[in-house]
Amino acid sequence: MLIMENVTMAVDGDDGENREIIHDINLEFQPGRLYAVTGPNGGGKTSIAKVIMGIYKHSRGRILFDGEDVSELSVSERAKKGIAYAFQQPPRFKGLTVTDLLGIAKPGMDNLAMRKYLRDVGLCPEDYMERDVGPGLSGGEMKRIEIAQVLAREARLSIFDEPEAGVDLWTIQKLLGIIIQRFKNNDHATAVIITHNENVLPICDEIIVVEDGLIKERGTPAEIWPLIKDDIECKMKEQCRGEMLYEIE
Amino acid sequence: MKLNELDLNLLNTIADLKGVPSGALNIRKDGQAVIRHSSPNISITSLADKPGIKIEIKPGTRDETVHIPVILTKSGFQDLVYNTFIVGEDSEVTIIAGCGIHNDSHADSSHSGIHTLIVKKGARMKYVEKHYGEGSGLGKRILHPTTNITVEEGASAELELVQIRGVDDTHRVSTARVHAKGSLKLVERLMTHGGQRASSDIDVDIEGQNATAQIFSRSVARDDSAQVFKASLNGKTECMGHVECDAIIMDNARIQAMPALLAEDSNAVLTHEAAIGKIAGEQLIKLMSLGLSEPEAVQTILDGFLR
Repeated sequence: MLIMENVTMAVDGDDGENREIIHDINLEFQPGRLYAVTGPNGGGKTSIAKVIMGIYKHSRGRILFDGEDVSELSVSERAKKGIAYAFQQPPRFKGLTVTDLLGIAKPGMDNLAMRKYLRDVGLCPEDYMERDVGPGLSGGEMKRIEIAQVLAREARLSIFDEPEAGVDLWTIQKLLGIIIQRFKNNDHATAVIITHNENVLPICDEIIVVEDGLIKERGTPAEIWPLIKDDIECKMKEQCRGEMLYEIE
Repeated sequence: MKLNELDLNLLNTIADLKGVPSGALNIRKDGQAVIRHSSPNISITSLADKPGIKIEIKPGTRDETVHIPVILTKSGFQDLVYNTFIVGEDSEVTIIAGCGIHNDSHADSSHSGIHTLIVKKGARMKYVEKHYGEGSGLGKRILHPTTNITVEEGASAELELVQIRGVDDTHRVSTARVHAKGSLKLVERLMTHGGQRASSDIDVDIEGQNATAQIFSRSVARDDSAQVFKASLNGKTECMGHVECDAIIMDNARIQAMPALLAEDSNAVLTHEAAIGKIAGEQLIKLMSLGLSEPEAVQTILDGFLR
């Protein structure tokens, strides 16, 4: 469904030098599958996502969506084609409400559906529908609203950029659980989750490890998880005896 | 006098009037009252010594609305009007004012409304004033409103002063005195475009103990327009006051914001915030990622900000 062919993205650094952030990436996302993208910070995961959405312009290569070259399309045009992106740090808007944003995400959505999406991400519709998506909301609330918008869009390709970042421990499992529940074994929608979460990685259909702007590994969790497990899993789990409040099914 | 379609459109824009409402009403067109009626609790009478009206709301009146819109359709007309509002003790009332100017000629049209509002003991008043200009002529559409407010003991006044678009030149002066346990909330929303000029000068004295005053300004300056916002809060006793001015600047516009605080008592708590900035690129990208085009995203952000 989405193919990246030899995609390179470069930016002009502060020193005026042209620096490549991702190099010659070849990736294919197939319909109905759930992908996890992981790897060290600064490795290029978000850049790949933003290049797919059209937020960053790639300097070489092509991006094909359902066989069509979307390389020259704007963010809006790619959104209309069916690509959605949940920001890692969603921006705030003074004067726009949660209802406004959900209404833009899915024009014509009725009140009941909005309520459902908010409840799904753990927000009480009564408390949140008329709230400003402004400075009054916490980072965790912003993330939940962001994820609700992307879920509401029902796009064919949904990319979630570190849904767990900036979210409290109580919420992480629930948010990730909702995304997994929606996309696991769903033949109609494809999702890419950029994540380091040890509960999510092993149950995705495929893990892609990105490092230094390159695809370092890719394969099934059975192939990849053993290779990265030691870097990701909490080594203090036994001693700390912390228990999960929510288990991901 | 009958109202034509242009008049009705102006009235709809500035006062959300779809027709002639029931209740107390005064519609002023080109310097003349064209429709006026009082209600059992709200009387509207002409001033004897100068152009204008006196609106008296009986003590204890509940949930009533009075509409007093002004429209100017005669090009080159210079309108000056003095309006006095007396909101009786313990009443609760909404006043819908506003001025719309239609000018298709080269001559300037202007309206200067000088308003005196006295909100009596324990009364609650909401005052909404929208300003709007339209028409194809080079003649300016000018509005110079002056509002003097007295909030008596335990009373509350909430004013929403809005300039939608099309007003070439405006200089707004607002003064207020807030007495013990009274509260004042003044909200300004303003959009300027083209070569428009707008200034607002607000001066509030918080005179009574435990009185509060809040001033909020949200504005957008586009194209080559210029705005000046001055708000001064003077706390004379134990009281609370806050000024907030928040502006979006675009194109080649200019915005100056000057909140000022003066405390004359050690128990006066006064605060202010001021911010001017352009629309953040992240905000545009975010809305575009939901499918809006760039111009739609800009409009959505501005509409929300000025709502």
